[in-house]
Amino acid sequence: MDKQKITGSDALLKTLIAEGVETIFGYPGGQIMPFYDRLYDYQKEIKHVLVRHEQGATHAAQGYARVSGKVGVCVVTSGPGATNTITGIADAMMDSTPIVVISGQVPAPMLGTDAFQEIDVIGITQPITKWAYQIRKPEEIVWAVSRAFYIASTGRPGPVMLDFAKNAQIGLVDYTYQKVTTVRSYQPFPTIEPGHIAAAAELINSAKRPFALVGQGVILSGAEKELFAFLEKGDIPAGSTALGLSAMPSDYRLNKGLLGMHGNIGPNRKTNECDVLIAIGMRFDDRVTGNLQTYAKQAKIIHFDIDLSEIGKNVPVDIPVAGDAKETLAAVTERLIAADHSAWINSFAAHEEEEMEKVIQKEAYPEEGALRMGEVVGKVSVAVDHDAVLVTDVGQNQMMGIRYFNYRRTRSVVTSGGLGTMGFGLPAAIGAKFGAPARTVCLFTGDGGLQMTLQELGTIMQEKIDLKMVVLNNAFLGMVRQWQELFFHERYSSTVMENPDFAAIAGAYGIKSRTVDKREELDDAIAEMLHHDGAYLLVVNVETHGMVYPMVPAGGTITDMIMDEK
Amino acid sequence: MNGKTLYTVIIFSENTVGLLNQITIIFTRRQLNIETLSVSPSAIKGIHKFTITTFADKDTIDKVVKQIDKRVDILKAYYNTDEDLVYQEIALYKVSTELFMKMNGVEELIRKYNTRVLEMNESCIVLEKSGHYEETQELFDELSHSIGVLQFIRSGRIAITKSKVERLSDMLSAMEKRLDIKPEER
Ligand SMILES: Cc1ncc(C[n+]2csc(CCOP(=O)(O)OP(=O)(O)O)c2C)c(N)n1
Repeated sequence: MDKQKITGSDALLKTLIAEGVETIFGYPGGQIMPFYDRLYDYQKEIKHVLVRHEQGATHAAQGYARVSGKVGVCVVTSGPGATNTITGIADAMMDSTPIVVISGQVPAPMLGTDAFQEIDVIGITQPITKWAYQIRKPEEIVWAVSRAFYIASTGRPGPVMLDFAKNAQIGLVDYTYQKVTTVRSYQPFPTIEPGHIAAAAELINSAKRPFALVGQGVILSGAEKELFAFLEKGDIPAGSTALGLSAMPSDYRLNKGLLGMHGNIGPNRKTNECDVLIAIGMRFDDRVTGNLQTYAKQAKIIHFDIDLSEIGKNVPVDIPVAGDAKETLAAVTERLIAADHSAWINSFAAHEEEEMEKVIQKEAYPEEGALRMGEVVGKVSVAVDHDAVLVTDVGQNQMMGIRYFNYRRTRSVVTSGGLGTMGFGLPAAIGAKFGAPARTVCLFTGDGGLQMTLQELGTIMQEKIDLKMVVLNNAFLGMVRQWQELFFHERYSSTVMENPDFAAIAGAYGIKSRTVDKREELDDAIAEMLHHDGAYLLVVNVETHGMVYPMVPAGGTITDMIMDEK
Repeated sequence: MNGKTLYTVIIFSENTVGLLNQITIIFTRRQLNIETLSVSPSAIKGIHKFTITTFADKDTIDKVVKQIDKRVDILKAYYNTDEDLVYQEIALYKVSTELFMKMNGVEELIRKYNTRVLEMNESCIVLEKSGHYEETQELFDELSHSIGVLQFIRSGRIAITKSKVERLSDMLSAMEKRLDIKPEER
């Protein structure tokens, strides 16, 4: 009966495997070397992707988690390795992305001595993680790691940090895997109040102009079918937040498009016309609401959310529906009376026409002038039959990406929402491809953002990752330039970018590339990119002074959208 | 305090390292000053109790407490105003023995304030008084005025709700029943 003792590193690896981990993104260094040494013997079970910067590891883990629904995992060394993960962890916290970050740490006896590459990882990450824990003894490994996965993936998901002292990596321990399925002090699924379900259904049944706001909570909960049934039965049109995109197919009759600052005109205006506003798994971010004093004042508001601290945080709510959207939506749907709101639903059409004429026509179907971002995104979307995973960076490329790309399936959008992290795109796309290897993954990035994590082209080279990357090169920090044009008297302070030859850089990494600046070449270049077997970087030189419209200025009323007047 | 109320936030948590940090960050983000803070083991083994007072408006305190309650290691957080609570602070006063002995009406003072002498030696005397803030402050003022106070310390508030039971014990047993947790799995 003598149990074989194994090292803490083995215990960690075995626990990761037991938790279903197949891929990890990481970067080695002194205080995590015992782990990396043991990893060498687990290459069949666990694929380790060597990134080029630890920030890249976190974004890759996020991309992986967002498309697959599984927990993304990163492993990094102590000190600078750990601090380099901060941006990705913060991003995952804001966007509710389940990741587990494991950083090496100096041996427990040396903690607190300012040892080489010692940093207070727990202190730094506590405000930006769901849970942060320092493993100091090998005996804690199974418990802490399994608990980390449980916490990261349940309730409202989020990042967990595990700071893994070197002595715990080396020390010997009896290994028995025991899955954590409860934490006494943590209630991931709030109790569903039947009274609230009934009240919500009653209010929706009485509504003449109901309107739903779909957030990422629907996707995280896996409640897409329940959402569909809910909208169908109630005959309720819906808008989507940036992170909620792809919960409904783009061409679904009740999908009325994107909400917020650069959203579609219809859903924004209708927010202030509806009589019952039904928020589902979204958090009334200021980029969605604009000025709260003028936001949906006429409507009764129902808020479905799993996170009690979100209900009533920004917008006063008439009926809170706490719980997992999959259950609460189904429960409310059961009590709905099948409705017909066709006149209300049809009233969106006028707004769609207006937007087509004032914005979309010029942006997506221009006949002259420089290439436009919307045009490029739209053409790629058509070329992939609207069935690829969209990954964006941050800025104009992001807004154009989410405005003009279309979706057929859920979990098709990976973008940095709450934190708005430039440099997110390229590494997130790498992770997305590992998370959905059978799907085409298209990245749209700006010339600025690309250069924040450009080094990950090395990861793509080494791992031979089949990514379709499109640089929308406007030679500006475009989104900041747009604000300077609109709100800072066209004083383009530090937004002009002198750029390298991106195609040559791709070439240096052995990645096929092409640069396009003429409309006649675009279709061919897109086809070439998509037919190429392997990674491809398409550089499209677009209008340098392009603008994303419509736009609700920050803090403005959601219905006061600026259009393209030129 | 410009329209703000003094709230007492009571938090029950697992006894894990770094919890105070997690809690204070949430106060900091909302720009709330912690007036008093007291932390100790609760009546339930392995569970710690924080008693924090802060001036805030209702909306802010409500959101802050929800955000605290949401943290993984927090079992329960709630807030009360003074009417719902029985609360107390304790204060220690060090004064010069010589001056104290010479002072008029020492006995009356001790009776009036319900004060105890904790320590007495040639050079100094340590008095103890428990009460509400105003009460411990009043004694401080009187002593400083007459003989001077060499050292003074006041504890954070400790508080108990006027309702009958500690809500936590019920909640905890319900939770453990629901989760079917055996003690060793906590
Ligand atoms: C890390 C980081 N730094 C700065 C910003 C502020 N910012 C938002 S958009 C933007 C411009 C992005 O320029 P580019 O990557 O070229 O994309 P474009 O807007 O031109 O599409 C900047 C600087 C940010 N979001 N993230």
